[in-house]
Formats: sequence, C-alpha cells, structure tokens
Amino acid sequence: MTATAPETEAPDTAGLEAVFEAAVAADERIEPRDWMPDAYRATLVRQMAQHAHSEIIGMQPEANWITRAPSLRRKAILMAKVQDEAGHGLYLYSAAETLGTGREELLDKLHAGRQRYSSIFNYPTLTWADVGAIGWLVDGAAITNQVPLCRCSYGPYARAMVRICKEESFHQRQGYELLLTLSRGTPAQHAMAQDAVDRWWWPSLMMFGPPDDASAHSAQSMAWKIKRHSNDELRQRFVDICVPQAESLGLTLPDPDLRWNEERGHYDFGPIDWDEFHEVLRGNGPCNDQRLAQRRRAHEEGAWVREAAAAYAAKHGEATA
Amino acid sequence: MTGTDWPLWEVFVRSRRGLSHTHAGSLHAPDAEMALRNARDLYTRRSEGVSIWVVPSAAVTASSPDEKDPFFEPAADKPYRHPTFYEIPEGVQHL
Amino acid sequence: MTTVVPERAALALGDDALVLSHRLGEWAGHAPVLEEEVALANIALDLLGQARTLLSLVGDEDDLAFLREERAFRNVQLVEQPNGDFAHTIARQLYFSAYQELLYGQLAASDTVFAPLAAKAVKEVAYHRDHAEHWTLRLGDGTDESRRRMRHALDALWRYTGELFEPVEGLPVDGPALREGWLGRITGVLERAGLALPEGPQHTPWAAGGGRQGIHTEPFGRMLAEMQHLHRSHPGASW
Repeated sequence: MTATAPETEAPDTAGLEAVFEAAVAADERIEPRDWMPDAYRATLVRQMAQHAHSEIIGMQPEANWITRAPSLRRKAILMAKVQDEAGHGLYLYSAAETLGTGREELLDKLHAGRQRYSSIFNYPTLTWADVGAIGWLVDGAAITNQVPLCRCSYGPYARAMVRICKEESFHQRQGYELLLTLSRGTPAQHAMAQDAVDRWWWPSLMMFGPPDDASAHSAQSMAWKIKRHSNDELRQRFVDICVPQAESLGLTLPDPDLRWNEERGHYDFGPIDWDEFHEVLRGNGPCNDQRLAQRRRAHEEGAWVREAAAAYAAKHGEATA
Repeated sequence: MTGTDWPLWEVFVRSRRGLSHTHAGSLHAPDAEMALRNARDLYTRRSEGVSIWVVPSAAVTASSPDEKDPFFEPAADKPYRHPTFYEIPEGVQHL
Repeated sequence: MTTVVPERAALALGDDALVLSHRLGEWAGHAPVLEEEVALANIALDLLGQARTLLSLVGDEDDLAFLREERAFRNVQLVEQPNGDFAHTIARQLYFSAYQELLYGQLAASDTVFAPLAAKAVKEVAYHRDHAEHWTLRLGDGTDESRRRMRHALDALWRYTGELFEPVEGLPVDGPALREGWLGRITGVLERAGLALPEGPQHTPWAAGGGRQGIHTEPFGRMLAEMQHLHRSHPGASW
C-alpha cells in the first residue's frame, strides 16, 4: 500500500465514525490514511479540485496583461503573481492527491466540464486597471474565504492553505497599490480604475456563493469543519473591510444602498443579482468557453512534451537519478 | 511508465543549515533530476531552502492508522526517557 | 574599475534580457505542464531583473523599454524569435543561455562596470542553461515526435547564433574564445541527446546587419507594439 492509497471502509463503521467525529470535534486534523466517511472524502476532493482549477484558470485573465504591463516593475510583479497561481494550483492538486485522486484525472474532469472553477474567472480583463481590481477585490474575497481554511479539518488542505494565504497577501497588496497609483494619476487613469471597480465589485461579492438559505453543501461542510463560516457571514466581513479601503483609494463602490448600519454594526448593501451568478455558473458568462478552450489547448499541445519526458525516464531508468 | 502521467514525488526542504529536512509537499516529475529542479522552482522560490530531497511517493512506507496503538502507545508510558522525570536538587549545575 | 558606462554594451545586454524575458512571459497559461509554468516564469523573472539593472545604468528603465523605436533596440535576433512550440523555446534557451553564461563568466572577472551584475547573473544563467540542457536531452531522446520537433527547432534557430559572437562596442570579451566554448558546450549536449549539430550558415547573408545594429526580424515589431502600446497611450503617466 502506498502512503496515499485510500482506506477502504472497514466493517466496524460505527466505531470508526465515532473516532472520526471525536477528532473533528476536538479540532484535531484528519490525515490521509485515517478512516473518514465517504461523503467527507468526496466533498473534500470536490472542493480541493475546484480550488486548484480556480488557481490555474485564474492565471488567464491576468496573464492577459503580462505582455502589456506599462512598466518593468509592474511586469515583474504580475509575472511573479501569475507564477504563484500556478504554484498554488500545484499545492492544491497535491493536497487532493493525498485522497487518491490523481492530478491527471482531475484535469480531465475540468477539461470535460465535469468539475468547476470559480465563476469569477469567466469575466474578462478589459483594461490594465482590471489587474488591480482582481488583486484588491478578487484576491481580497479569496483571502477572506481562505484564511479560515487554514484551520480546516483535513490536514493536507489546511497546510496547503497556510502556504497559500502567506503568499496571497502580496497579491492583494500589489492590486491595491496598483489601483491607488491609477486613482491618483491622470484623469484617464482614474477613470480606468473606477471603471474596473464598477465591473468587478458585484462579481466579487458573488464569490462567497449563494445566500446561506440557498446553499446546498454548507451545513454538512460546517459540521465537518471543511468550511468554518457561512457564505453570508464571510460576504459581510468582506464588505465591511472594503468600504473604508475604497474611500482611501478615492474610488466609489457601485452600490447606492451601501451604508453603515449602526444597529447591526455592519454595512448594509444592495441585492445581488443571483440570476447573473447562476447564468455564469451554467456556462453562459462572457469568457467560459474561452477559458476552458485555452486550458484544453495548452494541455493537448503539451501532451507530446509530457510523453517525451516520460519516455526518456523509462529509457534511462533510475540511472538518471 | 507509459503515456503522459508523471509520477508523484515527495519534497523535503532544509530551510537553513543546521536544521533537518522537513516535508514541504509533493509534485509531479518524469524523473528524479527533473523532480529536484521542479522542487527548487516550486518550494524555494521565496528563498525557503538551502537543500532539497525528493523521494518517489510510491517508495514511502507509512505506518498504518490501524496500527497506531501498538506502534505509538508503548512509548507513552515510559516517562523515564524524558529528562524532566528526574528530580535534581536546586543549585546543581550543568545537568 | 572604470565607472563610465559603455551605452552600446549596456543596451545590447539589457535588451537581450528584456526581450527574452518578454517572450518567456508569453508562455504564462500555455505551458505543457504546471511545473513548467513555474520554471519558465522563474527564468523570465531572472532575465527581467537583469534587464532592469542594465537599462538603469544608462537611463530610465521604462523610457528605454517603452519609448524606443524598434531600430534603437540592440538585442540579438535570436531572443526576439517567437516561442513556437516548446522545442523552439528550449532550443532558443539552450543557444542563448550557453552564450550568456560564458559571457557573464568573462564579464564577472573583468574590470568593467558590468562585473558586479555579471557575478550575480552568472549563477542565475547557469540554472537557465541547466534547465535547457535537461529538456534538450529529454526531447532529443524522448519520443520520435519530440526528437523530430527538437531537431527542427535547433535547425531553424541555428542561423541566428552567429550574431552572438560579434564584437560589441564597450564589451571587452574574447569573441573567439566565447565562440569556441559555446560550440563545445552545445556539441556536448546535442551529442548526449543523440542529436546532430545543425549544419548551414550561422548568419543571414543580408548585408544590412543584425539586431546589434538595430535590424530586427518581422515578429519583433509586433512584439514591441504589444509591449509598448499601453505605456505610450498615456504619455507622462506614472504606473
């Protein structure tokens, strides 16, 4: 048996389940070879795969601007950021592989449209300011979602998230700094920044997923500590963080209903267009086909390279080590 | 090995001299040489390490969770292996 | 050490690094495997760092990168060649990194303003060369298809390699020694990969000159158009 092979269900399921539940309740981590309910395993594989897919599809909208970055400093920052996303994809695929599902299989599912990635990446990056808006809002929303996952009950996922969150904070800050520079720049640059924030604000709020009363998997995931806070809770936290940050940027958020609610101690915000969310999720967003097509093409065009390296290794065996 | 599916490797990184190698994560590579290079690019791009080991994941033999009790519990009742087990009069130094 | 910066030389080295970095950056999101996304980006970032240091020796890095016309760029034509398939990119990396490692090795030991930069960069470039060599072996000695592609790429880029050894004003390097070392290195790698050294001329017959004289190939104009467009659309803006 290898270190990553999944355990098959033993006859004494009730006893094992009790041990598992106790470990989760005590905030201990579940490790790859521990017994775990099938549904827990399936949920984790699905969530880690979706997360990994999001990282690698998420490279595309930003890579779209690497060749046009307007200064060498920005070009270096953007290249390093897109590289980090490839790295984060790798960490997460590795975490998923500890449950016995190989990367190749997960990629096949992504390419066949059978596994999802975050819908946010189905929106286009139309101007340079979009790179800043993605860093500030999209990475900001992602961090809000991800920081609690550093304490997720599944060990390999939690450890991957610790590494990722450490690296993500650079992503968010560079985005904010980019927007600040534009906002304080020429009128054309300021307008570019405002336009980007106007387009990315609502999709960013959708990143937290459907409202709690309409979220299919939430309750069980919370019980398993795969998820640590509800969608609405995290969304509110994000809005509360962003409002003052937008003020410092000198930019407005495109929501006329946005105002401080003294009683709740939070900002109220307007209704989210869930029809748009579901349509994009269904595959009808502005870039769904484009993103998936590029991913498939890169994979297919790279097949001969992967084959060549595998053939070379087979020929030379461990003599090359 | 056939096709395009590269095997999985476990990566261990020594973060600085004097410390032991610690498991950093895993990656895919066609062979050991490429695994080392991929590990360097992936796990030390923020100067996290001075030395790297890569091991084929398939070569790792792990203790089974089922054997947890026979493996690890016998060690739990031998407090005399730990220095705090012993009472030393105050004032005795270099012990 | 002399403190006068030979402008031609700084631009030649800086533009080589800048242009190759840009080309490698075009791979982002398109690499054959995720691990290679990370590797290519690392090389691109090293080169971009070198370019920024070199260009800053003779002016504002952004003015030089974004506001010069095609004719003012002094990079060799090799680095501006489009990525092509992965074999083309590896062949370009192999030819260029072997040259750059030897060149920086010489400069690191020289009494020029480039010595400190070269001493740092030569370590980065040694890794680039190592990466290119390992892939050359795997593609050359992999499958029939990879071998065919690699041979084709090596042949196609061979005509751009002669320019690497032409003298550059202000760059005190031993051209013949550089060429000899380079040829030895490339021959050795190709032999191990079971590939023949390309035949044919290492130069274009065109008397107008090459990249070091500001004469470039058609794809370079389009590359610059893309690279410079945004910066030029907002004159005087800060980013």
